[in-house]
Amino acid sequence: MAITASEISVMLGGRPVLQQVDAQISPGEVLGLIGPNGAGKTTLLRVLAALLTPDQGRVDHDGASLRELGRGSLARRVAFLAQGGEAPASLSVEALVGLGRLPHRRPFARAGEADRRAVARALTLCDATGFAARAVGTLSGGERHRVLLARALAVEAPYLLADEPLAGLDPQHQLDTLQLLRRISGEGTGVVVVLHDLTLAARFCDRLLLLDRGQRIADGSPVEVLDDNRLAEVFGIHALRGSHAGEPFILPWGRKLARS
Amino acid sequence: MTPHASLGIRPASLLSLLALAVLALAAVSLAVGYAPLALGQAVADWLAGQKSLPALVVYELRLPRALLGALVGFSLGMAGAAMQGLLRNPLAEPGVIGISSAAAFGAVLAFYSGLSASLALALPLGGIAGALVATVILFILLGRGASTTTLILAGVALNSFAGAATSLALNLAPNPYATLEIVFWLMGSLADRSMSHVWLVLPPMLAGWLLMASTAPALDALSLGEDTAASLGFDLVWLRARLIGGTALAVGSAVAVTGAIGFVGLVVPHLLRPLVGHRPGRLLVASGFGGAILVLAADIGVRIMPVRPELKLGVVTALIGAPFLFTLVQRLRREVL
Repeated sequence: MAITASEISVMLGGRPVLQQVDAQISPGEVLGLIGPNGAGKTTLLRVLAALLTPDQGRVDHDGASLRELGRGSLARRVAFLAQGGEAPASLSVEALVGLGRLPHRRPFARAGEADRRAVARALTLCDATGFAARAVGTLSGGERHRVLLARALAVEAPYLLADEPLAGLDPQHQLDTLQLLRRISGEGTGVVVVLHDLTLAARFCDRLLLLDRGQRIADGSPVEVLDDNRLAEVFGIHALRGSHAGEPFILPWGRKLARS
Repeated sequence: MTPHASLGIRPASLLSLLALAVLALAAVSLAVGYAPLALGQAVADWLAGQKSLPALVVYELRLPRALLGALVGFSLGMAGAAMQGLLRNPLAEPGVIGISSAAAFGAVLAFYSGLSASLALALPLGGIAGALVATVILFILLGRGASTTTLILAGVALNSFAGAATSLALNLAPNPYATLEIVFWLMGSLADRSMSHVWLVLPPMLAGWLLMASTAPALDALSLGEDTAASLGFDLVWLRARLIGGTALAVGSAVAVTGAIGFVGLVVPHLLRPLVGHRPGRLLVASGFGGAILVLAADIGVRIMPVRPELKLGVVTALIGAPFLFTLVQRLRREVL
């Protein structure tokens, strides 16, 4: 029971963006994709979501290839939350979240009871029930993020892949979002999330996959992955460390000290 | 900043209302003409199989005009909604991918070559041929997995080329009379068409409508962006192919038989969008009916207006359409910013 990507290589515009990268995500697990800008995090996420066909390598779902799985059942298995998140300003929040039910509906069929329940549940999870009737264009940035996340949750897929879901959120909503991701993983969803904040990544992810310039540098528990050498080599920083109530924090403090 | 997500009209009731309006306008269109006519008597004669003069006027002149008005309007309205949905741009219209200009050029070529003098349906056939050639070129240019920008650029290229070729035909026209006739044809009109025009364009238009209508759920998903739409299980290459093919069939036939009728495909989707809860999928059929309403109304208008020879339809739809755009600009400025 897993999504398995093996030896994924991707070239974009003649430049290698991913080279021989392996990744795996299991149900009930939160995997954080971390790495500096341009490391290939978004590309790997898009390959896992089958939005991009890799030049080499393959992605399997429980041993079945994407072709065997088919477009429809893939859409019910993997929910994708795009970075930034485009949404028509005049559409109502409820209608927008309802679009997450399209993979479950026969073309042109009306929304059924299960669809309505899923939309209501997603809105509740994201604390968005209060503005379900409003137009997307009238929401604040934080509300908009929650609604787009609710759209992805409405798919009720066993896997959720989220590309920088914290970008542009205030600290409170960052924590809320990650707690929500933890909660759905506790209910069995496999979550892959691209993150930049190392403390949040260490606190909320079961496992981290560190990418740098298209290569997999490390894959393991946050403590293993985020050691001082890697922070220096990959991110070019040194960080202050500590722990609070048994949870580690990593505070990027300065550029890597010049050596040699 | 008021909540205005939905105006609370059920989709089925909206479509029924629009369809009723199309039927009513088609009936008015049958009743309006240059010769005074006892319409009831004419229809009774026609139904009884009597070829009286009033019956012939209704069947040979007015019925094709009303039917073509509805068919052409439906095609333009629906294709406008389809293109705005596909390109996610409110300025898109059926002509944006270059099919209409190519159809117009095909008809002009049939006209110019003198084919239209020997063959009654040469103009529409030439138009349809032009649309087909343009569609093939478009698909070759796009290949698989082309982006929206590529599609727009290919459309601009096709539009420029077909426009230039049409101007060349005008430039080289043998006499001023021929030039005038081509220019008038390009302005668009439903006058003097026959039932054979209707039968010619009905099959490709129906096929085009079905292709476009089949994309409704995918267009809804596409409003969230290409990656999200693909993650919801929609094949974007196939979606694009259906929309281009559908637009080519419906709009290519429309232009081939009536000339260029502008603004319908641009304005109608804008007017109806709030009534369908801003769902691009639901907008398709509603815009079709809206387009039929606008074209029928404009065609009734040109016959009622005391201007002879009657104004060209494309001129009137643009005159009606442009002010709507002005109000739209006003509304958008208040809403979105």
